[in-house]
Amino acid sequence: MNSATATALLAGLEQGAISSEEIVIGLLDRADRLKRLNVFVHLDPDHVLSQARAIDKRRRSGDSVGPLAGVPVAIKDLLCVEGEPTTCGSRMLRTFRPPYDATVISRLKQAGAILFGKTNMDEFAMGSSTENSAYGPTLNPWDETRVPGGSSGGSAAAVAAGLAPIALGSDTGGSIRQPAAVCGIVGLKPTYGRVSRYGLIAFASSLDQIGPFAHDLADTALILKAISGHDPRDSTSVDDSVPDYPATLGTPPESLRIGVVPEFFGEGLDPEVESAIREAIRVYEQAGATIRKVSLPNSRSGIPAYYIVAPAECSSNLARYDGTIYGHRAADFSPRYPGEESLAPMVRMMMASRAEGFGAEVKRRIMLGTFVLSAGYADQYYNQALKVRRLIRNDFDSAFKEVDVLIGPTSPTPAFKLGERTSNPLAMYLSDIYTITANLAGIPGLSIPCGLTKSNLPIGLQLLAPAFAEEKLLRTARVFERATDWHLKRPGVKE
Amino acid sequence: MDYDIIIGLEIHVQLQTESKMFSWCGTEFGLPPNTQTDPVSLGLPGTLPVMNRKAFELALKTAVALHAEIAPFTKWDRKNYYYPDLPKNYQISQYDLPFSHGGWIAIPRRKDGGGGGRCGLTRVHLEEDTGKLMHAAGGLSEVDLNRAGIPLLEIVTDPDIRSPADARGCLEELRLTLRYLGVSDCEMQEGSLRCDANVNLHIHRDGDTIATPIVEIKNLNSFRAVEKALIYEIERQYKKWRDDGLTIKDAAKTTRGWSDAEEVTKPQREKETASDYRYFPEPDLVPVVADLAWLARIRESIGELPAARRDRFESEYGLSPYDANVLVEQGQDVADYYDDVARATGQYKLASNWIQQDVLRTIKEKKMSVAEFPVAPAALADLINRVERGELNTNQGREILGRMIETGDPAEIIIEMGGYRMVSDRDQIAAAVDAAVAANPQAIDELKRGKKKPEAVKGFLRGQVMKQTGGKANPALVGELLEAKLAESLQ
Repeated sequence: MNSATATALLAGLEQGAISSEEIVIGLLDRADRLKRLNVFVHLDPDHVLSQARAIDKRRRSGDSVGPLAGVPVAIKDLLCVEGEPTTCGSRMLRTFRPPYDATVISRLKQAGAILFGKTNMDEFAMGSSTENSAYGPTLNPWDETRVPGGSSGGSAAAVAAGLAPIALGSDTGGSIRQPAAVCGIVGLKPTYGRVSRYGLIAFASSLDQIGPFAHDLADTALILKAISGHDPRDSTSVDDSVPDYPATLGTPPESLRIGVVPEFFGEGLDPEVESAIREAIRVYEQAGATIRKVSLPNSRSGIPAYYIVAPAECSSNLARYDGTIYGHRAADFSPRYPGEESLAPMVRMMMASRAEGFGAEVKRRIMLGTFVLSAGYADQYYNQALKVRRLIRNDFDSAFKEVDVLIGPTSPTPAFKLGERTSNPLAMYLSDIYTITANLAGIPGLSIPCGLTKSNLPIGLQLLAPAFAEEKLLRTARVFERATDWHLKRPGVKE
Repeated sequence: MDYDIIIGLEIHVQLQTESKMFSWCGTEFGLPPNTQTDPVSLGLPGTLPVMNRKAFELALKTAVALHAEIAPFTKWDRKNYYYPDLPKNYQISQYDLPFSHGGWIAIPRRKDGGGGGRCGLTRVHLEEDTGKLMHAAGGLSEVDLNRAGIPLLEIVTDPDIRSPADARGCLEELRLTLRYLGVSDCEMQEGSLRCDANVNLHIHRDGDTIATPIVEIKNLNSFRAVEKALIYEIERQYKKWRDDGLTIKDAAKTTRGWSDAEEVTKPQREKETASDYRYFPEPDLVPVVADLAWLARIRESIGELPAARRDRFESEYGLSPYDANVLVEQGQDVADYYDDVARATGQYKLASNWIQQDVLRTIKEKKMSVAEFPVAPAALADLINRVERGELNTNQGREILGRMIETGDPAEIIIEMGGYRMVSDRDQIAAAVDAAVAANPQAIDELKRGKKKPEAVKGFLRGQVMKQTGGKANPALVGELLEAKLAESLQ
């Protein structure tokens, strides 16, 4: 049952072979025994059990139940759940309990899903290893000396370790796809605007997007359908009808022109990852796909542009955490450094609260973002990055005139060792080199399992499609999934 | 003392909407602190702004009325700075692409002949208001976020104003226009209209023009304060310049606060460093496109504005500029009321007199609005017509209007019930005239001997006749018969 998909659980629930209560008891028990993985930052067994019992009761009484009725979903700890701790992996928000539900949470509740705990993450979603969490790192279920990727490492590890069949994460530069790849599961970043961001605690507003983690594409389609659609509370969510992803998943796409991007096979790509991707391309060829080389010449500017746009937005988004209305407030804000005596106590309080509340990576990005927006520098950095962003978008537009989807590795390497990159931010930033451009362009990206290294570490295949072509993306990925069994592999986690 | 006064205003106007600029939260004034808030206006983590289309429409309406050009494409920007009254520590505002360009406010002509002309607008943009900090005892500060997120229009004028009276006039004209538009109640006391004034002097000496350093005056809480503070500041600047000779080249712009109690401006604490607001496009909102159909609907929704109405009152009704202005500046409902009465009677000047003297006095005394005034325009028109036709004299008309205000009854009923109908019976009045002359032989004597002016004596006798008839005698007939009687007596 621990490795069961949501689709399988739903079948069992509908047949009456199992109850939601039995499912969550099993998972709570497993979570208890796998505490060492540090997947959850908050898991309230009573809250989980009462939700499961309520949905079981409705099902028994013959009431209509939603498409995810009784299925546990793990939630990244930056999605607001009314009355539940929502900390963003930060000391800053340790005591924050939002008075409202994120739109995706309301939609999950409406679909009958069981909210199964809040998962660990890099602080404010800034990182690629889940090591930047105030709650300590999450361990990769495939190799507990390695990271689960990030920033949604807790959600990815939860699904990989069989602690929840499906999970939600957020992806600003690869934070769903990269952990999905290194944890051997499916992860989807939808088109910017497909899923409401209301209630997602913002890192970089123009790049953030909520998306699902699952073992396979059927589950991915199921949850994507449940959370997608226009939300009047999010002006950037698009008012467009949501396709029936689960219904069309099984139909192979009418056109299967696949673009291979040479820029995605550059320096730093692990040879084992590369050969797995080349093998995946052969699988597509055998399935009748046309493979074509398509260049994205500006993708090499993706990382520099991202590390201007994202910190700029973050410096503004995180300005509100100053200890005044909410967030950590420093108990002692007496002057500490020369010159501070002349500052108003209020200013010292804000400074001390932010100094104590934020971790090093968050501070680094706030400073970077403040700098690039400063008078005299904005033209050189921020406005320049916006131009690069347009060029990257144009690259994709031209590419998608020739092909239906683009293919390449999700992450240049498999899961790396804990601590391996913590002292080298640039090396850490390069973990997202293949995922970041999709966020800059706003297009959907999917990572699916496509192999294991000799040391049994998962490898992810990334597929990219034009904006709002999730349906095509899923159906194209399904061609591969049908021909392989990588999605059935599970890590041998010892309880 | 030869100098020009250079004044520019920075005005903030709260738009009157039911919900805030970027959330569904209510906007009612005067409620307990922090009760008009919701997760969005508190800037709670994860919340997102959504533009209030109604607020944007009111802003468009205002800009159109101020003769500004509407930008077909406008966007939102974040203005970043740390302050406890700003929940997100950034304000959603407009930076490089505000929704309108240019425009002007008419400076009203004053009775003393001053005023007139236009004050150009540098920019008009829309933003969200901040909360309010209240400094309590013991160095403690409290934050009230009821105001945070209320739609706020920022209007910056060109330095076109040349006197404190014009500054006040310009601001009053803006308030009148906004009230006519129904976009804001513009209460300076409640803060729905706020104004800072920038002022300096261009001193002419030996053929040169010397500009004094610019001062921004804050804390102007009334129209009177705007005028008085500017008068004070102009004198202060001139004296200071004579003392130290500092010009705009020697000193940066400074900020001074007006003290209502002491009637002086005082220096305010300056920021030590130039503020860098790190503006960038607000990623949580989408740009707004004001298409032509939308603009056409907005233009249609704008009624007659004060300036046009003054002109029309002068040309259509032949009112003096003074009378036209008194009726227009009372607000749209008074001007509408006048329009209705004037059209119903055709007696334009009389209608203006009755409204200015009787209606306005009553609503001021009883602190009521024109809508609450119990006499409808048609009823007042009927009364005016009766006076005009000679059925009633003016004093009777006044008395009847008083009763109409008390009872809400039409003039006809009050006239019937109160026996107000004017006596126009020739014989009856002739008898009263005879009696009055008979009872006052000394009056005839005075007339004969030319001791008093004939008009004074006649006036006295007319009063006696009216007294006898209980004030009901037709004044024209009294005059005619009295003249005849006197002519006869003096022969």
